[in-house]
Amino acid sequence: MLNAKERLLRRAAQDIHSGMIVNLGIGLPTQVTRYLPADLPVCLHSENGIAGVGPQVSNAEADRNLIDAGGAYVSPIKGTSYFDSAVSFAIVRSGRLDLTLLGAFQVAANGDLANWMIPGFFTPGAGGAIELAQKARRVAVISTHTDKKGRPKILERCTLPLTAHNCVDRIYTDMAVIDVTPNGLEMIEIAHGIDQQDVINATEAKLDVPEGPIPTF
Amino acid sequence: MAMIDKTTDMENAISEIPDGASVMLGGFGVPGTPFCLIQELVRQGQKNLTIIKNDANENGMGVDRLLENGQVGKLIASHIGLNSRAVQMMNDGDIQVEFVPQGILAERIRIAGAGMMAFVTDIGMGTPLADGKTEVSVGAAIGVLEPALHADFALLHAARSDRFGNLTYAATARNFNPIMAMAATCTIVESEKVVPVGEIAPDEVHTPAPFIDHIIQLPGLPEEYNVVER
Repeated sequence: MLNAKERLLRRAAQDIHSGMIVNLGIGLPTQVTRYLPADLPVCLHSENGIAGVGPQVSNAEADRNLIDAGGAYVSPIKGTSYFDSAVSFAIVRSGRLDLTLLGAFQVAANGDLANWMIPGFFTPGAGGAIELAQKARRVAVISTHTDKKGRPKILERCTLPLTAHNCVDRIYTDMAVIDVTPNGLEMIEIAHGIDQQDVINATEAKLDVPEGPIPTF
Repeated sequence: MAMIDKTTDMENAISEIPDGASVMLGGFGVPGTPFCLIQELVRQGQKNLTIIKNDANENGMGVDRLLENGQVGKLIASHIGLNSRAVQMMNDGDIQVEFVPQGILAERIRIAGAGMMAFVTDIGMGTPLADGKTEVSVGAAIGVLEPALHADFALLHAARSDRFGNLTYAATARNFNPIMAMAATCTIVESEKVVPVGEIAPDEVHTPAPFIDHIIQLPGLPEEYNVVER
C-alpha cells in the first residue's frame, strides 16, 4: 500500500499525458516523475536550458555540466536539447508549456498563487516562478493541504505577495484533488481514507462537493 | 585573411576592471560560472562592484567569495536562496539586491546585447515586482517597460574557444553565458580548452567571436568546477 504522499505523487502523474511539454517545480513536483511510465513520451523542460530532461543520476555518474533548475544532476535522453536562458524563457512565455506543476504557500479560490515570498522570513527572489505561473497553458499546484502548523493553504484570498493572479487550474493535495472553476473551488477526488468534512474543515475557502460518491485516489 | 589572436593572461584581463564597475557573471549554479576569473577578481580586490548573475552561487564559492571580501555594492539576480551570506547581507543592508524574474533578467540582457533600449511585457503585473515600473499600452493590452540591462564587463566560462573567440558551451553550462557575451562593453572568457582558429567549425559556434574581447586558457579546473557533493 502506498502512503499518502506516494498516492498524491501518483495521482498528479496521471494528468501528464503523451506528447506534453511539462515544467516541474522544485520539491514535490519533481518527485512526480517517479510515477510516470518509463515509455510515456513526455518532454520535461527545465529553466536552466533543457528540453528533454532525463532521469536523475548519482554523483558518481554525474556530468558536472548537466543539472536541472533545482541543482540535481540529470541525464540526457534521445531528443534532448540545450539552450540559453533567453530561449528557455521564450519557451515559457510563448505558451509552449502544456503544463507546469508548482509548489505553493497559498492558493486562493480564484486561482491566485503565492509561492515565492514570505515577507521578513523567506525572501530569496522569484527565480522563474512568475513566468511559469503566468504563462504555462495549464498550471497545477501540488502541495500539502495545510502548512506545517496545520493552517489552511487554500484560502478565500492569498495574504502573501502573489506569484501570479488567477493562474491555477487544479490543486493536488494529500487530502483531495480540487479544480479552480469560474464558480469557485470544486472537490473532484478525495484521498483514500479521508472524510469529506475533514477536507472542508482544512480548507479556508468555500469548497463545493458534488452530489453522490466521489472518486478516491 | 586571418583572424587576430585575443588570448591573454588572466591578471591583465581582470586588471581592466575598475572599482565601481558593473560585472556580469555567467552561470546557473555551478555550471557555466567562471570561478577562476572570479577568484582573480577577489585577489585584485576591486570594490563597490555591481554584480549581475542569475544566482549568488552557494556559500564558499563564486559570488560568495566576492561577498565575503566586501567587493559587492549591488547584486542583480533572480534567486539567491542557496547563499545564506547573500540573504543575510541583503537583510542587514550591507548590499543592495535587485530581484528580476529569471526570464526577464535574461531578456533584459539579451535586449542590451541586441542593441535595443527596452521591451514591454505583462510578466509580473499585479505583483510586487511590477511596482514602480512604467506602464505602456500596446494596442488593447497593457504591459510594463523593462529596460535593457548592459554591463561594463562580462566574465564567462566556455568549454572551448578558438584564439579569435568563437565559443562553445557544454550542456547546461550555457545558460546566461551567450547572452551576457553580447551585453557588455568588454567580454572576458575563461575557456577549458583553447584551440587554433578554424578548429571549431562555423556551424558549431555558439557565441561568435565579434562579441569577445579576451580569451584565457584555464591551466586546469579547480575543485569548484566538480560535481557538488550534497
